[in-house]
Amino acid sequence: MAFGPFLLLALMEGLVTAAVLALAASGLSLVFGVMRVVNVAHGEFYMLGAVLAWAVTTMIPGPPALAFLAAVLIAPVLVAALAAAADGLILKRLNYDPEATIVATIGLLYILQQAALSLYGPNANPVTAPFEWRIQLPWFGYSGYKLFVVLAAGLVLLGLWLFMTRTKAGLVMRATQVDRSTAQAFGINVDRVYMGTFALGAGLAALAGVLIVPIQQAQYLMGHDPLLLSFIVVIIGGLGSLRGTLIAALVIGLSDGVISMFFTPTLAKILATLLVAMVLVFRPQGLFGARA
Amino acid sequence: MKHWTLHLALIAVLFSAQYWLSPYHATNLARIMVLAVFAMGYNLAFGYTGLLSLGHALLLSAGMYAAGLPAQLWGWSAGPAFIAGIVGGGLVAATLGLLALRTAGVSFMIVTLMFAQAGYLTLLYFAPVTGGDDGFALAPASRTLMGIDLSTDTPRFLTALAIFATGLLLSLALVRSFFGRTMVAMRENEERSRMLGYNPFTVKLAALTLSGLYAGAAGAAYAILFGYVGASFATIQYSILPMLYVLMGGAGTTLGPFLGALVMFALIEAATGLTTAHQFIVGAALVVLVLFAPKGVLGTIRERWVRWLP
Amino acid sequence: MAALIESRDLTLHFGGLKAVDGVDFTLNPGEIHALIGPNGAGKTTFVSLLSGRRLPQSGTILLAGEDITRLPAHARVRKGIAYTFQITSIFPRLSVFDNVALAVQSRGSRDLASRTRAALARLGLHGLEEQEAQTLSYGHQRLLEVAMGLALDPKLLILDEPTQGLAASEVDGFKALVRSLVPQTTVLLIEHNMEVVMDLATRITVLTFGRVLATGTPAEIRANPAVQEAYLGA
Repeated sequence: MAFGPFLLLALMEGLVTAAVLALAASGLSLVFGVMRVVNVAHGEFYMLGAVLAWAVTTMIPGPPALAFLAAVLIAPVLVAALAAAADGLILKRLNYDPEATIVATIGLLYILQQAALSLYGPNANPVTAPFEWRIQLPWFGYSGYKLFVVLAAGLVLLGLWLFMTRTKAGLVMRATQVDRSTAQAFGINVDRVYMGTFALGAGLAALAGVLIVPIQQAQYLMGHDPLLLSFIVVIIGGLGSLRGTLIAALVIGLSDGVISMFFTPTLAKILATLLVAMVLVFRPQGLFGARA
Repeated sequence: MKHWTLHLALIAVLFSAQYWLSPYHATNLARIMVLAVFAMGYNLAFGYTGLLSLGHALLLSAGMYAAGLPAQLWGWSAGPAFIAGIVGGGLVAATLGLLALRTAGVSFMIVTLMFAQAGYLTLLYFAPVTGGDDGFALAPASRTLMGIDLSTDTPRFLTALAIFATGLLLSLALVRSFFGRTMVAMRENEERSRMLGYNPFTVKLAALTLSGLYAGAAGAAYAILFGYVGASFATIQYSILPMLYVLMGGAGTTLGPFLGALVMFALIEAATGLTTAHQFIVGAALVVLVLFAPKGVLGTIRERWVRWLP
Repeated sequence: MAALIESRDLTLHFGGLKAVDGVDFTLNPGEIHALIGPNGAGKTTFVSLLSGRRLPQSGTILLAGEDITRLPAHARVRKGIAYTFQITSIFPRLSVFDNVALAVQSRGSRDLASRTRAALARLGLHGLEEQEAQTLSYGHQRLLEVAMGLALDPKLLILDEPTQGLAASEVDGFKALVRSLVPQTTVLLIEHNMEVVMDLATRITVLTFGRVLATGTPAEIRANPAVQEAYLGA
């Protein structure tokens, strides 16, 4: 293949990565922005989304498209409910102390990972894509489902943006983000906002997991990489800034697609983690965030 | 005086353990003592100075590889390799501190996590030298000290005990010194400490470097006594473990790290018959501790009953 | 007489707010100098600049003729500038002894225990050594704060509203204490209690809107029409 089409393929793969990453990272960013909680178990919510999608699609007979649609609807809701429970049982009792919640979510990570291993097993299982449709470009064929993932992620993020800027619930969340105690003084039920935010953040990660699973089999350890990448995206985009998160997801996703075609993935990851650490040390507002 | 008596009594009990424990359990105890040294170092940073690091696996593996690589490549014997491990842990900790200590709180946690992750990936990247996740076994020649084979039961146990005892008594002396008081002052109220004339950056850098010396000693000791060096010791798991031990035993207590390591080992050992879900125990212990006993065993005992506990 | 501390054209603006706006200020050795002014006049910000807790945008600060404008706070403490916080800032979970010992050992490690006890006795806190600082009464916490400042054995002691929250009887004791410090220690005092100010101060500086309105003896300040209009008369 010539260089041009090769690059095009790399960019298309990168776009898929970016789309899924943007979904997962926006959940992490939302939780950090509103609650000031760094959720280390975020990757496990992604993994649970994928595993539950497998469970739902194997349980529901009928055409793959229908089963997949059921997974899209059911898995994120289940994961969101689980997250809401974790918020009420653990995070709320810690009074959302930043350091204690990190320790607690590390514990949660271990518990969820073990639960997946014990109940689901160590194997990776595939989920059939809802449709088999290939786009034939002059140089290569490309999976239509992958393009659908990009489109779906874009729509969900658009919906998230509308939700945050145009609805009363979104306004309440943003008010709580700016100043928790003032929001409370204005009669906002902060506990409910936090629970809702944590559930929404987890649901977004789970949805990302559902969307990726027809491309990349469900496995109990699959939450690790998205967690790290989401961290990278959220930090480079500026902690708590949704817009920065989206830009960073696009940049990281695309460059990841391109870089991993030309370099070893390990080297790319080393550079990315070092970049994140350096950004936090020398430019804590993120590369795209405004100076606070 | 009673402080020293208590600590020396523990060391005496551990010394006697070689006579009443089975070889299997004695080897486990040696392992616990080595990991307790690691946790004592973590405790100096986290328990006393308030630096919640998620990157101590970097320091442990720095010590492990600083001892293991010269042993492997140039045939260094146990003594020089051990010293190289301590120095390696301290140097990496100081470098980490110079960068990471510009941040605080949650940022510090993430920065240390990221540097440790980069360190782990680097070990994987240079797998031909480091052995990657599989690691490599240390040659017998590198596991002898003055003609004594440290890979056999009794010398291994006694060496682990000697390193542990030294670390424990040094940490007791340290936390009861002026510098120990300064470390605690940083944890309790950094701004006030600054206005008493202490430079927070240098105090924290010194504490983190000390912590790195302990981690380096533990990593080197593990390599020499158990004969294995591998990148798996650089994973996030080994950054969480010392935190878990310290939280369990009691952050900011000299004996807490050992007690925590012992309790966690015992818990996992006891649960092995019932379930293979080790991770679940670690996860549940973290959540339960942070929810219901944030001061850990000895921290709670100190608060309720024994005020003088160091 | 050479000034102990001197600021020239010291300025710090927060956005549009001119917290400290070109302040020239001289502190003579051995005096008790009071800094007064309405709320928001920039008093606390000004002493934060002197103590190094904040850095100015322009201007210079000289300590006994040496430029310390860019020196970090902890280094200024070592040079003899001690600061006590307006909002009590102690080590709440440490013992009273450890609180003061931390200040004492910052000046050197000789005779730590006896020097610490002496500093505590001076503020009437003896007998409370082993108590956890957070269990002290508010008044005692204020005194502990001052004890820490004194234990640094400073050339200049900056007291930010030290009598706030003290009982009337404690205020009298406190005035006697401050008098006993000079002339070895120079005292710069932010204070709202005018009775304390007029009683203690050898000189007074009035700040309004980040600028010096007047400087003089208590009698001169009382007689100054501008001060009366801007502040005392209000």
